[in-house]
Amino acid sequence: MTESTPSTGAPGHHGPGGSGDTHRESEIERLHRLESSSGSDRRRGDTRRHTDAATVAGLDIPTRPDPAAPRTSVAQSGVTGRPTSSGPSRATRKPRRNWGTKSLGLVGLLGFLVIWEVLPRTGIVNPTFLPPASAAIADLFRNFGLTAFWQAVGDTMWQWLLGMLIACISATVLGFLIGSSTFLRRFTNSTIEFMRPVPSVALIPLAVLLFGVEIESALLLIVYASFWQVLIQVLYGVADVDNVAMNTARSYGLGPLARLRYVIFPTALPYLMTGVRLASAVALILAITAQLIIGNPGLGAEIAKAQSGGSYVAMYALILATGLLGVLINLVMRMIERKVLSWHSSVRTEVAK
Amino acid sequence: MSADAPLATPVNLTEAAGGPGTSRSAPTSSPAKKSPGAKRAWGAVKGLFFIAALPVILVLIWYISTAVGEKNFFVPTPALLVETFFETWTGDRITTDVIPSLTRLLFGIAGSIIIGIVGGLLIGSVRWLRALTEPTLEFFRAIPPTVLIPVLMLLIGIGDDMKVAVIISGALWPILLNTIEGVRSMDEVLADTTHTYGITGFNRVRYLILPSAMPQIMAGIRQSLSIALILMVISEMFAASSGLGFTIVQFQRSFAIPEMWSGIVLLGIIGVIMSFIFQLIERNVLRWYHGLREIENAA
Repeated sequence: MTESTPSTGAPGHHGPGGSGDTHRESEIERLHRLESSSGSDRRRGDTRRHTDAATVAGLDIPTRPDPAAPRTSVAQSGVTGRPTSSGPSRATRKPRRNWGTKSLGLVGLLGFLVIWEVLPRTGIVNPTFLPPASAAIADLFRNFGLTAFWQAVGDTMWQWLLGMLIACISATVLGFLIGSSTFLRRFTNSTIEFMRPVPSVALIPLAVLLFGVEIESALLLIVYASFWQVLIQVLYGVADVDNVAMNTARSYGLGPLARLRYVIFPTALPYLMTGVRLASAVALILAITAQLIIGNPGLGAEIAKAQSGGSYVAMYALILATGLLGVLINLVMRMIERKVLSWHSSVRTEVAK
Repeated sequence: MSADAPLATPVNLTEAAGGPGTSRSAPTSSPAKKSPGAKRAWGAVKGLFFIAALPVILVLIWYISTAVGEKNFFVPTPALLVETFFETWTGDRITTDVIPSLTRLLFGIAGSIIIGIVGGLLIGSVRWLRALTEPTLEFFRAIPPTVLIPVLMLLIGIGDDMKVAVIISGALWPILLNTIEGVRSMDEVLADTTHTYGITGFNRVRYLILPSAMPQIMAGIRQSLSIALILMVISEMFAASSGLGFTIVQFQRSFAIPEMWSGIVLLGIIGVIMSFIFQLIERNVLRWYHGLREIENAA
């Protein structure tokens, strides 16, 4: 039960040293062919890219031997994190396909807006309840000039940021603490597994009762929901530390703190970033939800106000704004992730072309 | 390999223990120590200790902080909560609130799974369709699903349809986008092989596309389940005259604190049970996949 632990679910235990070049080559091929076939990635869907790369963090085997493969858009590469096809023939065709994909996507967006415009105008849907797209977009642009709108956006983002900070810091510290001790890991396992699926919105009544519309009630929901996302990923990352790297560090006489800094932390960082990215989306959802239901100041509260006041155009404009905010947060988080992990093989192969 | 075993013990133990995230595949082999019965019994006791210790401690802390000293208005004692829980949720409320809520949830989940998989298969297998729709779908995914509740209230009304529609409108996207991704990341050799063998139409979908997309689809469903539960509660808090979300908010407004807590606990239990059922189903559906992975990792 010591060395050969294929069942741990930790991705790709390819022997502790990549013994020999042939082994390494076949390894590369297999990794490529099976893409990131690690259970953890598959299960979390969105987290594939880094878990896949983290597999080989210590050994630095290029996980993606085909850096030239098409990587269309940020949005796409995010979900996929994996080239569709390989070979140089693809690489030469890449620019054209890229543009084609992008413009088609634009056409799709336009088409959606046209449908939204036509449905109320022709009277298929009651235009009072679904104002045409042009009206909503015009209202959105009008909002951009209003202080009240930016105030609401600011409130929302402030709650989001504060919640994220609390959740991420506490989850990271706890994750490293629990993850580095076998005893703590086993000791907390059942509790974590039980607490994690508890829906955070169940806490809404409690939050209202304790804090009313103060910012704490939104924070309670945001922190509860994002905390688990980060914690689980950190626990995963700490468990994924490469044995050889760890033993090497020990042999060289690195103390516990140095090991944490130079071995465990780099291994867990990709996982941590994945957790933070997932948490950022969840935190936005809960911030808006708290505002919508509880009435904390912010975009959600404005939506609720617009809806109960019957100004439906404003409501649709605000909903568009929340969507844009979601897209923006996603883009920024991806950018940060890329910057922070620029040393990592998964990102390096992506950039080098 | 065996040479560095002593040094590596802490790390290996950590892995053998199977962190919370690894619990899916770990139980199959981790407790299988080839040792006589006494040792196994000791192992079972230890396992039980690790499962129960922390929850017991937490409940004890809860008990001490609420039952000893003056009465806390916001937090009931454990005994009172258990009593209230059975009192509140075993009577009529099962038929008037719990069952309707769960039915909506079930319809919502089923709807998102069906629409998500069918739509995903379609969009995923047609390249131009995928390019055409992807940015729009990503935008919809980025919208916090709860803000669609007011919209759907306007368009559909506040009946059960609305709640099911709300659940679908939020839970659909992870499944849809993951299915598209799963179809897209199909093994090319397999695809070519089926093509060569002239397998087309329904058989291609049934034996090639669906299985190869399944791990991704299941990952999407896993995400969707928690979103669906959240949306069920929120939609009932927003506009309903029955259901769990509605009842819990009623308790809160009338300051029926123990009842409110019992509702929170019930929602938690539903969440845990859902995740448990899903894990069971996933383990069965993806048995071949986990098996494959284990072989791959062992190689």
